[in-house]
Amino acid sequence: MARAEAAAAAENDVEHRPANGTNQDPAAAARLKAFYRDMLLIRRFEEKAGQLYGMGLIGGFCHLYIGQEAVVVGMQAALKPEDQVITTYRDHGHMLACGMDPGGVMAELTGRASGYSRGKGGSMHMFSKEKNFFGGHGIVGANVPIGTGLAFANRYKNNGAVCLTYFGDGASNQGQVFESFNMAELWKLPCIYIIENNQYAMGTAVKRSTSEVHMYKRGAAHNIPGEAVDGMDVEAVYAAGRKAVEWARSGNGPYILEMKTYRYRGHSMSDPAKYRTREEVQQMREQHDPIDTVGVRLVRDGIVREEDLKAFDRDVRQIINRAAEFATESPEPGPDELYTDVLK
Amino acid sequence: MTQILMPALSPTMEEGKLAKWHVKEGDAVKAGDILAEIETDKATMEFEAVDEGRIAKILVPEGAEGVKVNEPIAELTQEGEVSDAPPARAAAVAIKVETPAAKAPLPVAPKSNGHAAGLEIPEGVEMVTMTVRDALRDAMAEEMRRDDTVFLMGEEVAQYQGAYKISQGLLEEFGERRVIDTPITEQGFAGLGVGAAFGGLKPIIEFMTFNFAMQAMDQIVNSAAKTLYMSGGQMGCPIVFRGPNGPAARVAAQHSQDFSAWYAQIPGLKVISPYFAADAKGLLKAAIRDPNPVVFLENEIVYGRSFPVPKMDDFVLPIGKARVIRQGSHITLVAHSISVGLIMEAADVLAKEGIEAELIDLRTLRPLDTDTVVESVKKTNRIVTVEQGWPVCSIGAEIAAVVVDQAFDYLDAPPLRITGKDVPMPYAANLERLALPTVDEIVAAAKSALYRN
Ligand SMILES: Cc1ncc(C[n+]2csc(CCOP(=O)(O)OP(=O)(O)O)c2C)c(N)n1
Ligand SMILES: [Mg+2]
Repeated sequence: MARAEAAAAAENDVEHRPANGTNQDPAAAARLKAFYRDMLLIRRFEEKAGQLYGMGLIGGFCHLYIGQEAVVVGMQAALKPEDQVITTYRDHGHMLACGMDPGGVMAELTGRASGYSRGKGGSMHMFSKEKNFFGGHGIVGANVPIGTGLAFANRYKNNGAVCLTYFGDGASNQGQVFESFNMAELWKLPCIYIIENNQYAMGTAVKRSTSEVHMYKRGAAHNIPGEAVDGMDVEAVYAAGRKAVEWARSGNGPYILEMKTYRYRGHSMSDPAKYRTREEVQQMREQHDPIDTVGVRLVRDGIVREEDLKAFDRDVRQIINRAAEFATESPEPGPDELYTDVLK
Repeated sequence: MTQILMPALSPTMEEGKLAKWHVKEGDAVKAGDILAEIETDKATMEFEAVDEGRIAKILVPEGAEGVKVNEPIAELTQEGEVSDAPPARAAAVAIKVETPAAKAPLPVAPKSNGHAAGLEIPEGVEMVTMTVRDALRDAMAEEMRRDDTVFLMGEEVAQYQGAYKISQGLLEEFGERRVIDTPITEQGFAGLGVGAAFGGLKPIIEFMTFNFAMQAMDQIVNSAAKTLYMSGGQMGCPIVFRGPNGPAARVAAQHSQDFSAWYAQIPGLKVISPYFAADAKGLLKAAIRDPNPVVFLENEIVYGRSFPVPKMDDFVLPIGKARVIRQGSHITLVAHSISVGLIMEAADVLAKEGIEAELIDLRTLRPLDTDTVVESVKKTNRIVTVEQGWPVCSIGAEIAAVVVDQAFDYLDAPPLRITGKDVPMPYAANLERLALPTVDEIVAAAKSALYRN
């Protein structure tokens, strides 16, 4: 939904609004409003998921996207509906950004029959063919060659679509990532590799795992262009996303975007968080929050009033509460489901 | 008024200790503020407020242990304009849905000292109770003290103290040279371990879980297991690949599976999968000393269980020996790893109906101690095997074949196998329960082998 809106808005978006004040470009204003709402939806969804986990309604691993919302929302706005998205286990935000139904996602988190995978996949494994969302993958690095394969299919069919392949800073060290880069450039595949560099892989800070910490340079050995982006700034993400998508769609091959971002919560729910300080997290939240930043911009530029932001929040909370209700009231899958879907 | 409930902070947490309150009654809090520190068996974690408001009342005092998940621990009055769904209702929903733990309590650790009948622990040795987690840690620490060529490598093993806290304290004692955090590159560091072993070291390679060892399968099978043979006996690969294997709780298909049968098939490997803490310790020490590549399969759910361990300076067990953990004359039940807990429970149920089961803990899967199994079957004439893995080409299938081959004339019933179901692990709580072997299934199989339905 954000996709279409923002794409339409982008048509007449000549340059970014002036830094000093009134943004009168209605398309850009509409887009910024949509960004705000889409990011807020993810934020509130994740907060609710965290609550439901605490109540024992969600089990297993549950990786929240809080803090990273700008990445997926900005990128998604640069896509067309036929483009594909694939990501890791930290996938709730990507699904919402793809326009998947919050109720269906939440119901999968609670393991119910009405979830996207009918309760069989859980938090880390969800898919929507309809929305061109190809998962939700639990094995670090494994989704990268798969995303490359989706791009291969696009090229093969010459359908003009591109594939966004998201993965983490930790994943970027996996061998299959390098193997993918090589093939993607060799065969000029329309794949955009988005490294969500949130600075940690579980408890390992990037500099403790990675010899070259500037991950956008990872493509240099394969002649793939790369760029570092402020992943806490949704407009910067959107601008970089449009450029990369254009590059790949025009047949130039892959593109690497390193999104500098940050996760506020633990890696999963059980994370003692001894590897970073409270102050570090607090500083990010207070000075770089992707949602607050846009909220301030919207009010400052006179696009909305303070009250409108509150109204957005009310609407979003209502959607999320309905999703949670749906997810807790839906029945579990029937016992017969145990043996279905193993083979076609 | 919102009740703040004791949060579940990990897939397996049922209760925890309220280690510390960071707020007191009357304090105003906003989302993100730390409310308290909660201690589970894995870690101490900070617990944050998700709503803003004022702490009206603290219901559970600091230092309280065994606080059940979902028990109210404090009350919050809200002043915010936008409020979430009413708390009373949320709490009610929580009760409606049973967590797997509530429905099927984990098998209880045995009360009797399973080792009393064993020959391997010398008479009169003092026993201390410890968790499987600590037993594994002690085994590594003891071997590292004794041999400087032993080192530990894997994801989060050093600074984080192990994703499942198995390497707690090792970095502190042995330093960065010998306890090494790796990037997330399983194929790379498993292969590096093989090279280090060729170069004269004794690596312990920890996989965060064996699900991720699949990325390193080529190095384990093609490099570690075969080189001795391919080099006509010149080269050896003294390495231990270890970590949790088998279904965990609610982590779905890619993170919940048992690879026992996979590794047990590979010539050139030794494969160990213990249940009790003493076996975990004695066999891990043996594995580290062994000149061959050893795959050591642990179990996440078993890590926190406590059992007696002999208090000895150097307790090493022989690899390749099963153990009869309970004598019986009517039927043989065979298992390894967490399934040992299941057959012990099943034996108690059967005993109430006058059926005396003999229980065998395989402990090692390769080489498989078929003598112990066959000998038992010659006495009981019936056998049921139990494992978490899939049925096709399973450990049970191998045992059934061996029993039919070596004790055919003694069998009074076909060997039966209880396994995980032949499906990827589902996420939904109810389907997950159905996918795993249960005590009821074992009891029913045993009775059917005894024609007592
Ligand atoms: C092959 C593999 N190894 C280990 C893991 C366990 N694991 C899950 S997430 C994770 C950290 C990944 O960090 P990063 O790629 O930075 O992504 P983030 O969690 O920060 O989004 C690890 C080690 C796994 N799932 N797969
Ligand atoms: Mg990361």
